[in-house]
Amino acid sequence: MSVIEAVGLRKQFTVRVKSGRLRRTRRTVAAVDGVDLTVERGEMLGYIGPNGAGKSTTLKMLTGVLMPSGGSVRVCGYAPVPERTRLARRIGVVFGQRSQLWWDLPLQESFTLLRHIYRVPPADHAARLRECRSLLDLDEFLDTPVRQLSLGQRMRGELTAALLHGPEVLFLDEPTIGLDVVSKQAVRGFLAAQGSRGDTTLVLTTHDLADIERLARRLVVIDHGRVVHDGTLDSLHARYGSRRLVVVDLAEPVPDPAIELPGVTLAAASPDGLRLTYALDGSGVTAGELVARLATTAALRDLAVVEPSIEEVVTRLYAEG
Amino acid sequence: MASPYLHLLAAQARSQLSYRASFALDLFGNVVTLGADLLAVLILFRVTPLLGGFTIAEELLIFALAATAFALADLAVGNIERIRLYVRIGLLDALLVRPLGVLPQLLVVDFGLRRAGRVVYAAVLLAGALVYAQVDWTPGRVALAIVAPISGAVLFSAIFVAGATVAFWWIESGELANALTYGGRDFTAYPVNVYSGWFRRVFAFGAGFAFVAYYPALVLLGRPDPLGLPTGLGWASPAVAGVAAAVAAFVWRTGVRQYRSTGS
Repeated sequence: MSVIEAVGLRKQFTVRVKSGRLRRTRRTVAAVDGVDLTVERGEMLGYIGPNGAGKSTTLKMLTGVLMPSGGSVRVCGYAPVPERTRLARRIGVVFGQRSQLWWDLPLQESFTLLRHIYRVPPADHAARLRECRSLLDLDEFLDTPVRQLSLGQRMRGELTAALLHGPEVLFLDEPTIGLDVVSKQAVRGFLAAQGSRGDTTLVLTTHDLADIERLARRLVVIDHGRVVHDGTLDSLHARYGSRRLVVVDLAEPVPDPAIELPGVTLAAASPDGLRLTYALDGSGVTAGELVARLATTAALRDLAVVEPSIEEVVTRLYAEG
Repeated sequence: MASPYLHLLAAQARSQLSYRASFALDLFGNVVTLGADLLAVLILFRVTPLLGGFTIAEELLIFALAATAFALADLAVGNIERIRLYVRIGLLDALLVRPLGVLPQLLVVDFGLRRAGRVVYAAVLLAGALVYAQVDWTPGRVALAIVAPISGAVLFSAIFVAGATVAFWWIESGELANALTYGGRDFTAYPVNVYSGWFRRVFAFGAGFAFVAYYPALVLLGRPDPLGLPTGLGWASPAVAGVAAAVAAFVWRTGVRQYRSTGS
């Protein structure tokens, strides 16, 4: 059985738009417009898309917060809204900007309270807490009230809080938003370790491309409420024509830098003509063949191959939408 | 294992006690507020020996019953009026992903322990008023003296919850809810027969406020109702509170369903 099964998932909101001094007209907006999503146990899924694409709305429907307007959805075998409390024991949720912790109490007390809320056997709770404490370096601030924690420390606390009841699926809405580089690395490393054990399913939304590269083996890209891509990072590159770049520095300019080879285009040339950038779309010659050809017509001083960045792909993807 | 709600309640108490000075001031302020209300009654009886036919001892009993009911309700659910804030900061979402009921969680995570001072004060006042009014005690009256403030508290709680829930999807309703809760507190503090016309009908019987303090006080005092209704109505308080609670539960469920279908 798949951990998450959504077919034709829809969510419509009615908004009132001012049309004239006192009149308001109602307009229906589809935030999620027919999303099909099947996630197997142990998958690490990146759910990405521009602001307002419907990422958070989907997550809220999967976690039982929002009632879908249409379609069917089951998470861990449960219908999220009608079976909310039963589902809640099986999932962990981290909303980047919404805390599950008790603001005025020492961090440690939040963990104890969550043990009571989820009715976790003390031994299981202690074992999981011990693991999180060592992996996330919680010890130095366990006795500090949550309100005095830094954002990075708090996020480490939130992650622990979401995992103490041993959830099968962990939903993370922008888990690294606003964190400094070191904290981001710590969070990513921890999540990667969780995911690599294969028994916890990870679903995360993010705008951080490093999160995606590190944590998402599968990417689902959503735009205007629809899934526009579902596959690996590589298939995303292939589909959106990510280009590998070959940058060469010449000893002296050549009269005609354009090269007639299949799949190669001249992407840029410096004003003095000494640095040329070629783009390979992967359909024609390899980088090696291109360099061999260049070497016959010009004296090369240096060369570099730039791998396609996910940043470029996603930027292009967002721009198209 | 004790109920998770008890643990949440204890945690909330510890949170509030972590701001000691602020807590003490609030406790003090709450008592002063009630003192001011009591002062109003005493001043009123400086200029008139009877209020709607009731002596100061009888009026103080009505006042104390109403104050105890309101203080209990305010302690239990008074913080629900902040629900709009909870929606805005996303607390409601955080509560929805936990394996517990939403309303009980909301009530305990922001439980206003600082309002406990008012309950103690009102209870002391009630005990004093019962003695001062020289109630002719029977087993039934003893039971009513305990049941009536609790029923009144349930009625006020129902109005608090329903009023706050309406504010869920109709922002401007906040003032309407306040008119019913705080207005209701002031209404119940005096004999119903001092009010008149549609206002009395709406507040006393429409909203059920006559059953918080007025009718139970008539039973305790063994007085006939100046309005001509049977005195035994004081015994109907629990039933009236039950109906109000059922209506509030329905409104609450509708509100949550609305929230889940429209988002914040």
